[in-house]
Amino acid sequence: MSSFLFLIPFLAAIAIIFGSPARLTARGAAIATFLLGMYAATDWSNAMWSFTFSALTIPSLDMAFGFLNGTSVVMVALAVIVLLAAVFTGKAPEGREKLYFASSLLIGAGAIGAFVSTDLFFFYAFHELALIPTFLMIGLLGRGSRKEIAWKITIYLGVGSLILLAGLVWLAREAGTYNIITMLAAQKAGTLQIDPTTQKSIAALLIVGFGTLVSLFPFHSWAAPAYASAPAPTAMLHAGVLKKFGLYGLLQLAVPLLPIGMNAWLTPLLVLLLGNILWVGLVTINQKRLDSMLGHSSVMHMGYIFLALAAVVASNAAGKTNQFGIPAATVLMFAHGISIAMLFGLADRIERSTGSLDFSDLGGLAKPAPVLAFLFGIAGMASLGLPGLANFSGEVMVFLAGFEGRDATASLGPVQIATILSLWGVVISAVYVLRAYRNTFQGPTVNSTVSATDLTLMEKIPAILLAIALLVVGIYPRILLQLLS
Amino acid sequence: MPAYYLEAFTVTLGIFLLIAEAFVPGKQKSWVGLIAVVGLLGVLGMTIWAIGPDKSLEAKAWTKFALWDLYKFDATARFYKILALVAAIFVLILAIDYRSILARYTGESNDESGTGEYYSLIVIATAAMMWMASAKNLSMLFVSLELLTVTFYILVAFMKRNVGSLEAGVKYLILGALSTGFLVYGMAWIYGATGSLSLDAITLAANTTAPTTPLLFGIALMIIALGFKVGAAPMHFWIPDVYQGAPTPTTAFLSVGSKGAGFMALMTVMAPFSATPYAEKLFGVLSILACITLVVGNFGAIPQNNFKRLLAYSSIANAGFLLLAVAANRDGSTSLSSPQLVGFYLASYLLMTMAAFFILSILRVQCGSDNIDALDGLSKRNPILAVAVTIIMASLAGVPLTVGFVGKFFVFRAAMEAGMVVPVVIAAITAAAGFYYYFKILRAVWWNTPNHKEAIPLDGSSLFTFALTFLTIAILVFGVWPQPLMNLIK
Repeated sequence: MSSFLFLIPFLAAIAIIFGSPARLTARGAAIATFLLGMYAATDWSNAMWSFTFSALTIPSLDMAFGFLNGTSVVMVALAVIVLLAAVFTGKAPEGREKLYFASSLLIGAGAIGAFVSTDLFFFYAFHELALIPTFLMIGLLGRGSRKEIAWKITIYLGVGSLILLAGLVWLAREAGTYNIITMLAAQKAGTLQIDPTTQKSIAALLIVGFGTLVSLFPFHSWAAPAYASAPAPTAMLHAGVLKKFGLYGLLQLAVPLLPIGMNAWLTPLLVLLLGNILWVGLVTINQKRLDSMLGHSSVMHMGYIFLALAAVVASNAAGKTNQFGIPAATVLMFAHGISIAMLFGLADRIERSTGSLDFSDLGGLAKPAPVLAFLFGIAGMASLGLPGLANFSGEVMVFLAGFEGRDATASLGPVQIATILSLWGVVISAVYVLRAYRNTFQGPTVNSTVSATDLTLMEKIPAILLAIALLVVGIYPRILLQLLS
Repeated sequence: MPAYYLEAFTVTLGIFLLIAEAFVPGKQKSWVGLIAVVGLLGVLGMTIWAIGPDKSLEAKAWTKFALWDLYKFDATARFYKILALVAAIFVLILAIDYRSILARYTGESNDESGTGEYYSLIVIATAAMMWMASAKNLSMLFVSLELLTVTFYILVAFMKRNVGSLEAGVKYLILGALSTGFLVYGMAWIYGATGSLSLDAITLAANTTAPTTPLLFGIALMIIALGFKVGAAPMHFWIPDVYQGAPTPTTAFLSVGSKGAGFMALMTVMAPFSATPYAEKLFGVLSILACITLVVGNFGAIPQNNFKRLLAYSSIANAGFLLLAVAANRDGSTSLSSPQLVGFYLASYLLMTMAAFFILSILRVQCGSDNIDALDGLSKRNPILAVAVTIIMASLAGVPLTVGFVGKFFVFRAAMEAGMVVPVVIAAITAAAGFYYYFKILRAVWWNTPNHKEAIPLDGSSLFTFALTFLTIAILVFGVWPQPLMNLIK
């Protein structure tokens, strides 16, 4: 059953290429996927969701789909929500509807496919599948120097994926199987013991490989220009969902299977994630355009999720379990995915009605477009971690995870120091989000914003959908946490 | 049915077509190609029933023939015969589609009378490849390789009124003759060192006697000669020029069939030494060759603007991956044997390269150009074809869920299992370079706007559409479900 989650958008994309009406098919498929995904989330442990088909016996490769654990379910829920919002957002350029909608569906299908794969081969394969539509969309319909940016993202992600592939093949060779469920079970039972030096090498490959895909500092320079340039649905799906593939992979594979290897790289990882939070954070403050500010902020927020991972790694190495770490990472991935998708979707709308995203050309937009300003405000506040919205629950748990299980008499460990330093990130986000909001929505109206229109009903639907998700998880995070227990 | 009927039937078909073409009047010659396709499909069907003497239930007279000292028939041989036949069938279809260009450069325009031999030569070359797959004696290997090469001399230079084709023919002739010299010289040294041309006897000698320099020298010469055939760097210099100059169906056959045959021969020659003290040196040389070939092929492809030349470099790059597959299996420690690995990779390479040549041929026929910019704006001119090109290029670049990725994945995996860290790193970097030049095609197809004079919709004939659809679907199906393809190789 879980295979239908990616088959519906995939087949819809094919139907669009062969002439079925693009917008209608895409929206219908996204609604169907959304409903199926929500149903799956309520009943994910049911055996009917898993499915195995032998693709090859020697070497054994199975097309195996299902949910690994609650984290997979949360990621699928994120993917179906953002996919639904993405196909309702933005405006397809004249004559390009087919490509526009088919690409969104393919990126969505790739992301969902990766999250429901329980076989390493297809886990990797589905993510790669989404690269081609991303490349085409940015290169064809992007803003600015779109062609250079499309090349840059393709080469960065291509190299990152190949490094990742080397790490995954090596991991599978050590584990003797490509089946992730078998791997995790063997690890739990203690039958899978990977030698520490090997662990260290595999962990390095996985950190760099997955890290490039998640824009871990210093492999992040592709992300901000790509998101700034990409058409709205592509930016929403890539920044919101597809990018989480790297974190998901580290969380599901590297953290449980390579405890020693990951711990060996703990300090470098902490330095890099501080690079994301502080360095990229300061760069974000300095942005002059709304789209590139959002792109950089999405890079910056990855640092917190890495921090949660690092906390889990450190606790595991000390022989303790970190009860906050994995929920923190999962909730924050969900919250960030929803909020950034909402911001990119609304930013696209601002550009279409004012013709610019340069802060110097914007101002006073709240007067002609109050609903737009309100919804953008919700997403922005979520992104800076206002209590009551989803990101807050994630970020609080990240900071709790950092101090989880610390011996109060001992001096601070590296994770705690990193946690304290990364708290400054909250201040940095507040600065850039509030400045952006002030520059765009407050003050007197200027030439470009005076005649701007407010959201129409159809434009409100995706934004409200995402806002509801942010509020529900913010007020009642147990709705996600119960999936993880 | 004795297995040698397959070759016998194929050669008979080739000779029959040659004679029939000469005596049947009329200026249309595409029927020769169609009969050849039907005939080879028949031979393809016959492979199901073909057996060697070991599988024969009763001791018939044919099982005692002396032929079986030269000729073997096993699952691997069957697979490579199937590969040769499938490649030839697609090349014939391609040639039928391409006949207007062949006609233009062989005689007066719209007069196809000079094109009939082309089809029968392809059939004869196929028989040569099939023999080669069954060779268990160096003399047999040499004779079939020469039959193949000599046929290719004609196929490359077939467009006698085209300077490019003639130039390619001369280059191929000179370098082919040079490599034949290396091959014969190497065989002579091996014969001198072991006293036999039979691969079984050579295996025995290599395993029982102390390593000798003459034998090593002989094998080294043969590696150089076969390196020429498969296009391994630094013996690759002829490839871009010959591929570009030759008629497109010939290029397709060279890059799929001839390369496959070369690898078949390489594995046949290397097999006797895989468990001997020679192995370390020989497979070491092969992995060095693989690395150089990967670098030269992939980086050489980056600046190309001509689609055909790009595919020539791509064929060098793929030879690098195949060499890596051969080198990875030095002690049989990998879970897939090297005939399986190489066989699977060649099959995947056949599907995607053949599809790319179909695109190239329709460009040449309808736009009169081999350049990448002839594809500009294809997404507007013919959206379905644009999607097919996207799938084919993604597969060549090694994007997952296509057969090209599965082939590369197996090679990576085998090299990893053999602990070849440096070659794997080089392969990974060069494969990333591959993304760049294959995506250049996608850029032309999707991003660029059609040039006014070249805004031709590129609607192919029904034969073309059928072949391309078949290949594209096969690329996707085997990319997700490789089992049926692997079953053929066993």
